[in-house]
Amino acid sequence: MSAQKDRWVFSFFFLLFCASSIRMQGSARLLQELSPQEYFSSLQAGRASLAYFSHNVSPGAQPFLEQIENSAEALQDYGISVVKVNCPKEDVSRYCGEENALRKAYLFRGNMLIREFPTDALFDVDSIVANVLFALLFNEVKYVETLADLQNIENALKGRSNMVFAYVPATGTAEHRAVMEAAFVYGTVHQFVLTTEATLLKDTGNDESDVSSARLLFCHCQQATDLAQPCRRTAMGQTLTMLNIHRHLKLMGAPLVTEVAEDPEKVSTVHLQLGLPLVFILSQKETYEADRRTAEFVAWQLLGKAGVALLSRDLVDLNILLRSNVALKTPDEGEPVKYLVLEDTDEVITLVEDKNKVEQIQEDEEEIEEDEDEKENNNQDVQDDQVVEAVSRDKKRELPLEQILVLTEETFHSALLETARTVVLFYASWEAVSLAVLRSYTEVADHLKGTRGILLSRVNCWDWPGVCTKENVTQFPTMKIYEKGGRSVMYSGMWGTEELTSFIMLNRVSCPLRLATIDEAEGYLRGEFPPELSSYHHTSLLGVFSTATSEAREAFEEAGNLLSGHVMMGMYFEDDALALSRKYAVSPPALLLARSRGQSVEGIALSKESVQDMVQMIRYELLDVFPEITVQNLPRYLQLRKPFLIFFSDGDLGQMESKEMLKLAKERPQQAFVACWLNLKKTPVGRGVLKAYFATMPSLPVLIWVNLHAGGHVFKFPSELSITEMNILSWLEKLKAGLEIPSSTLSEEDWKPPLPAYDFLQMMEMAVPETPLRTSHRHRDVPQQYPPESSGGDTGVQEESPQDSKAEKVGSPGRDLRGTAPRLAAREKQGKRHSEL
Amino acid sequence: CSSLLVATGTWVPNVVNFPGSEYVEGYETVSINPEDFAGQTVLILGRGNSAFETAENILGVTNFIHMVSRSRVRLSWATHYVGDLRAINNGLLDTYQLKSLDGLLEGDLEDLAIVKDKKGKLHITLRFYLENRNTSAGIDSITLPQDELDNFATRAPYDRVIRCLGWKFDFSIYNRSLGLMTGKGNKKKYPQIKPSYESKGTRGLFVIGTASHSVDFRKSAGGFIHGFRYTTRAVHRLLENRHHGVPWPSTVYPITQLTNSIIKRVNEASGLYQMFGILADIILLREFEYLEEYPVGVLAELEGQTGRKAPNGLFVVIMEYGRNFSGADKDVFYYNRAVGEAQHAWQSNFLHPVIYYYKRLPTEHEMRLRPPDWPLPRPDAVHHIVEDFLTDWTAPNAHILPLRRFLENCLSTDLRNFFAESCFLFAFTRQKLPPFCRQGYMRMQGLVGSERLRHHAVEAGLLEDYTLTDFLGDGPPDSHEGSQDHLLRDNAIPVHPLQHLVTAKDE
Repeated sequence: MSAQKDRWVFSFFFLLFCASSIRMQGSARLLQELSPQEYFSSLQAGRASLAYFSHNVSPGAQPFLEQIENSAEALQDYGISVVKVNCPKEDVSRYCGEENALRKAYLFRGNMLIREFPTDALFDVDSIVANVLFALLFNEVKYVETLADLQNIENALKGRSNMVFAYVPATGTAEHRAVMEAAFVYGTVHQFVLTTEATLLKDTGNDESDVSSARLLFCHCQQATDLAQPCRRTAMGQTLTMLNIHRHLKLMGAPLVTEVAEDPEKVSTVHLQLGLPLVFILSQKETYEADRRTAEFVAWQLLGKAGVALLSRDLVDLNILLRSNVALKTPDEGEPVKYLVLEDTDEVITLVEDKNKVEQIQEDEEEIEEDEDEKENNNQDVQDDQVVEAVSRDKKRELPLEQILVLTEETFHSALLETARTVVLFYASWEAVSLAVLRSYTEVADHLKGTRGILLSRVNCWDWPGVCTKENVTQFPTMKIYEKGGRSVMYSGMWGTEELTSFIMLNRVSCPLRLATIDEAEGYLRGEFPPELSSYHHTSLLGVFSTATSEAREAFEEAGNLLSGHVMMGMYFEDDALALSRKYAVSPPALLLARSRGQSVEGIALSKESVQDMVQMIRYELLDVFPEITVQNLPRYLQLRKPFLIFFSDGDLGQMESKEMLKLAKERPQQAFVACWLNLKKTPVGRGVLKAYFATMPSLPVLIWVNLHAGGHVFKFPSELSITEMNILSWLEKLKAGLEIPSSTLSEEDWKPPLPAYDFLQMMEMAVPETPLRTSHRHRDVPQQYPPESSGGDTGVQEESPQDSKAEKVGSPGRDLRGTAPRLAAREKQGKRHSEL
Repeated sequence: CSSLLVATGTWVPNVVNFPGSEYVEGYETVSINPEDFAGQTVLILGRGNSAFETAENILGVTNFIHMVSRSRVRLSWATHYVGDLRAINNGLLDTYQLKSLDGLLEGDLEDLAIVKDKKGKLHITLRFYLENRNTSAGIDSITLPQDELDNFATRAPYDRVIRCLGWKFDFSIYNRSLGLMTGKGNKKKYPQIKPSYESKGTRGLFVIGTASHSVDFRKSAGGFIHGFRYTTRAVHRLLENRHHGVPWPSTVYPITQLTNSIIKRVNEASGLYQMFGILADIILLREFEYLEEYPVGVLAELEGQTGRKAPNGLFVVIMEYGRNFSGADKDVFYYNRAVGEAQHAWQSNFLHPVIYYYKRLPTEHEMRLRPPDWPLPRPDAVHHIVEDFLTDWTAPNAHILPLRRFLENCLSTDLRNFFAESCFLFAFTRQKLPPFCRQGYMRMQGLVGSERLRHHAVEAGLLEDYTLTDFLGDGPPDSHEGSQDHLLRDNAIPVHPLQHLVTAKDE
């Protein structure tokens, strides 16, 4: 980057040098002191000079003279000499005689007076240079005060030349000088227009800029043909300095779209030289015209920010994907050209703009990292565990635990006998995860307030380790439901309020629930029976058995025991079971599966199955065909270990998409993939997923194919295609055939320790080099070498004699073993001791 | 029989023979009724807890008590060894140092002699004088030290002399063929045994109880009931494995529970605490297997002794005092004796947990060559949990976080906890998941967390809130300079913490 900068700084000075090659050589002092005669006789035609006449130096003019002297060098670059004319006392000529004239400076070209300046207009070097050039470049820089003037000039220029329009809040400022200096170089190429009227700026459409800062606009009038329309403008984003203006004009002067016919790696344009990226629009013969238009459109959008080149693929043999349409080359040397498949021009623009953004963010981060480096790994003791940190930030808040009974070693067993079901949360008051769950548990208690037959309680295993060991609590937290009869179930689901509540509620009814009448069975399928569960609507499973088939029924009951709390299961084996099974067109033994309150009931035949198979089968059948993926249910679908075809939607599914996707999912029951969708409103973390897949947020909705289990390739369904079953299927075929390039690939990185640990082993060795540790024969990494004489068995630490400490003061740090005692002492001083409290 | 457990204690009293030792009463027979000592002047030989306990018992009724012993008094609160003088017995130090009533004297008992005069009073003299005297002469002819040195310390006659010189193991019943040798140096009162409590000479002969103290004499509590109840259990477990094929009891946990199980044990385990430096918990890797209170002296034989395998390295959890902290002449109340910061934990002085990590089981050779004062050979890495005033090692940042970092670096993994939402993001964006997500979330046991907790995590910069950046990320690319700045700033904040969370630096 800086190399680039140097390059164009250099080129600018080279230019200046050319411009001022006519300057007079050989004058030792830049400010000449001449008599009037000498001065006027030395004036050459076409040479400009700034003269100041004085008798004796009057005290008031002194600061002014200094500034004049200082500006002499700057003006000399523009071929303007600065002269102090010493008037003889008796001289009463025009310049020396008048009292007033002595308060002024005069600008001559040849011997013609161009302008006289009051000394208070020449307060510093900037103002002197600005005003002098302003006067000299009268034709090149037009000063306007009204919009009409500006428009007149603009119209006159159309089709002929471009215009540089500058607004400065005041003349004589550094910005004014910069504009004038630019005009000196570019004045013959572009028409410069200057104003100090802020209203003119507003009328040019830059309403948001504040009038206190100078602005510069490049007006592309040369190509303008329509007299009625104002010329296209490109504002300069940077502050008005000589270099920035030069850079901007250089960029404006570069061709809008460069046509290239070589490998992008080898291409170099003015943009790259100036540290800006270059965007290639990849074109083909057939689409050349359209591509050219696209390139121009993009180029106008990116003018001043990036260059645009049109690359004919037919002319260059590129080893890239056929579908790639854009390439990005950054000015950083060594960084390869990136080939991309983009869909609209906006993406090209965000690509460039975001690139800048990303860099800026990275710079910020680097700064932060540097700060952190200075602190030398001190963030080792900063908590980076989100759960621990969240819990400790919440520890001052008192939890609403009044609904939850505290059990102790003594009260535990008696408490279990009091209520039909006692829910016990075993936790440890120091353990973050169990404290996090305790917070959800209080919410559960709030939901279940007043529910009869359920007692919520907790045991702090930190206080009562005995009871926890006896209840076989091996990790925290553990939740168990104890029935009065002595049976207990351990919870093994998500630690969320909703899941915990539903588990506790479902546990109130036996699983499977034996239904006595056909009405109950129907009510059960509709989710209305048993009434206490009607508000927790789940998919209901009903096993229908004729009495004869007891074997399948036993397996079903056994499966029910295992799934208790997670699945709602009922069974019906009354005499009229056949009537029920006929209604749903199954023959017992069979399963009826009622989704969404009985709106659809599926029948599944049961064959002779083991309990384990039955559990497996039930779990599988409970999965939705086209589920909405949430944080809570994702693991269930991940267990299928299939690729995901996932539709990210910002809000609910559209009718059409929903229909098409459902068709896709349904028609192949033995799918090789999981078709699902994600509601970004409900599961905002989905945005994080998309951000990880694509550098920028893609336009929504978006359909993604991701194989989480093999390879981790992510593919994006082309957004120009509509979401139809056919389109998706043919796209999937292409994926399978390897015709598509993944948008990204999931990182295969292992989870390494986030930060290093304290290396106590090394600290010990550093502090006590004669540490007994080293008598061990494994001298793997002895940190320091000591001279042999010190290894003669002296322990160094206590045996320090006065001479030794003197030697330390004289200073042979690190060489001598004896130095370790003060070092150890110093180390000890650093450590804060809590007994100092 | 195949095994013999010797739990005979150390019941043989130590006796010193010197002229006049027949006048000495033994601790094992002396009256414990203080009234029997009323108004008497008593000399006690010995300076252990039994000597002081005897003195304490009669202190109030005697004329005065003197105590003679070869070595200086060692206070158990300075040596951290319960075999030294406990503060509950040391009332005599007060009456000696403050009231000038009673007193302690140092001298070799072998040089003493006791002479009984006609009134039955006992006089202290030196063996040297007795050897030079005319044997035929009566008691009066015996030179007493005060005859030459009239301010001799024990010139006052005593009514009673009590011997409290401790005990030793009864070797008499063991045939020499058993090879039950006496210990070396100051351990000669105990039989020589291996750190596994098995006799060095005879396989199957185990010494348990106080007689097994040679393993940790003057170091830990194995000679006392509060210590040997744990070492005896260890012997039981060794024998279970050897004779019944019952491996050492162990619990297998997922690696995510590693930090927690160590924290739980160092806070609750009484065996580790009492038998510091001797019994240690052993953690065998990969998923990990937790073995409690194994005698660390036979670490090299772990696989054979416990029936458990350690193919992937192990952690040893042990309690230690700071080296150079304890000792008879040490000032244990010096200023700045306690370390408060986790990063200086290795300088901790008070009893604190130390965790050693070995990539493979140390060999017997390495165990033998271990540095003196070290319970174990040089580990591949070591961690000290900083000493704690409350001996409560559950502080999230000072105790648990450094321990987690140590374990993470030994195992080269990430042991942090994550909310379900983070696991969801990782599941979709990375091919591999951190152990916590693998063990919890992926098995449908994710930690959903309350809204408030997630909010705290977002505030801490450890969780990204995607609902927040919603409208910003969505809007069309904005060309206004002002709003662009705004956008940048808002983007810059969440990006950094995410980096913090996701990047796994290995430094």
